[in-house]
Amino acid sequence: MNSIWTIAKREFKTFFDSLAAYILLVVFLGLSGFFTWLFGSDIFFIGQATLMPFFSVAYWTLFFFIPALTMKMLAEEKRSGTLELLLTKPITDWQVVVGKFLAVIMLIGVALLLTVPYYISVSFLGPIDHGSVWSGYLGMLLMSMAFTSIGLFASSITNNQIVAFLLALFIGVFFLIIFDVLASSFTGTIAYFFNYLSLSTHYESVSRGVLDSKDIIYFFSITLTSLLLADTVLSKRNIIE
Amino acid sequence: MSVSVNNLTKKYQNQRAVDNISFEVKTGEVLGFLGPNGAGKTTTMKIITGFMAPSDGDVKINNISVLEAPESIKPLIGYLPESNPLYQDMLVLEYLEFIAELQNVPKNKIQGRIVEMVKVCGLNVEKHKKIAELSKGYKQRVGLAQALIHDPEILILDEPTTGLDPNQIVEIRNLIREIGREKTVILSTHILPEVEATCDRILIINDGKIVADGTSESLRKQAQGQEMLRVGITEAEDKDKVITTLQALDTVGLVDPVAENNNTFFVNSKDDLSSRKPIFEMCVKNNWVLSELTPIETKLEDIFRDLTTN
Repeated sequence: MNSIWTIAKREFKTFFDSLAAYILLVVFLGLSGFFTWLFGSDIFFIGQATLMPFFSVAYWTLFFFIPALTMKMLAEEKRSGTLELLLTKPITDWQVVVGKFLAVIMLIGVALLLTVPYYISVSFLGPIDHGSVWSGYLGMLLMSMAFTSIGLFASSITNNQIVAFLLALFIGVFFLIIFDVLASSFTGTIAYFFNYLSLSTHYESVSRGVLDSKDIIYFFSITLTSLLLADTVLSKRNIIE
Repeated sequence: MSVSVNNLTKKYQNQRAVDNISFEVKTGEVLGFLGPNGAGKTTTMKIITGFMAPSDGDVKINNISVLEAPESIKPLIGYLPESNPLYQDMLVLEYLEFIAELQNVPKNKIQGRIVEMVKVCGLNVEKHKKIAELSKGYKQRVGLAQALIHDPEILILDEPTTGLDPNQIVEIRNLIREIGREKTVILSTHILPEVEATCDRILIINDGKIVADGTSESLRKQAQGQEMLRVGITEAEDKDKVITTLQALDTVGLVDPVAENNNTFFVNSKDDLSSRKPIFEMCVKNNWVLSELTPIETKLEDIFRDLTTN
């Protein structure tokens, strides 16, 4: 546990040292603020005190930003050899992976926390559905967990950051769009199957405020599976042929 | 703590990077790992540190297998990997603290250890800099500092003196010697004088196999066999006469004139015999002047070349 925290702390600090964190925060707050308050179907346009426009923008912003945060996490360590340095210390591959995962989640947490003023200001404008706001935040966090772990997996299988980034986006697109499209073009069990795999379905149901254990399990299993896959890829060097 | 490597083999596809090697290192011993590029030194070290699993064989440290219980072995080892990977974006002190935490150095001792490492590795001037800004030699010192920070029982250094200037090399060698008195040290290098200066024992590896194992003296003796002298004789009336007279001595096996110098000869003695005295006496008898009589030692370089070129 201690080692996981040591890794997470370092990664978190690196975000702020390398400007990555500031860029993420500024762009995330800027984009979501812009679309929430000023442009398109902003809250004045819909005339309702709701954070729905914010969540739908934040959803896509994170979809692109998380792979950018995770792409170098393992790929760069493999390329520069620091992974060897880490893994010859008393720490397991799993602890390294989880530590890095935590660092990203912490940064996303900070980003979401900084949007609380939006929530407070909107709540002054009219009667707001507090439950749906909280479930929106929960959905955001669950989705970030899934994308972060997918990003880490993509980063674990290559030495090249760009490849890791594109691969994470590619996998993300499947979960976000393609499974959804497939689900609607099939019927019966296959449709149900793709519908279950589609992340957007589960995200919508969580952010609507329906707290179904099925959705929670979905997000946690994607997260856990991807992290375990990343761990397995790292441990591959240890397999005795 | 003793490190014992038993029948270690590592295959990459069809190539055997390490081919069934076994050796043992005891506490208080500094083992020098020599070999040409690609001989398997780094692979062996990676396996000992538990970073990589062997295809076959095992490494035991105090009779505990690295494969079976890496979690109890890793804290004992300080490791400086080959290319000295570092987190370039961290500050020197920050980095050392990070490594100390990973090594589970108790919280209240971390600062003390860092101060000591900064002193021992001579990092005082550069300690507030970013690692990326350091020169290669200072980076190497940071690499050493991180390997030593938890005061490990076993130190594994893959080419520890690359990039250091001659003064630093001497300092680092002394440091390794000092550590080697109580701890177990395995170091690999290309620099042959370094092995002689720091190591108690030399292991030469080629094509994944151990080709020599012993102290530098024993390796020399083994390679040399016969005494070899460089003899200079002046004021002799005839070069050929000198050669025939030398050849006639009981102890002399082979005489070989040095091409570019008329008065100098290489003289090989017969096995286990010394020709120094007979040569001197011969010169006295013939009224020649003995201007040079130098024993030629086989250099470690020659032994190395002999063993590693086929």
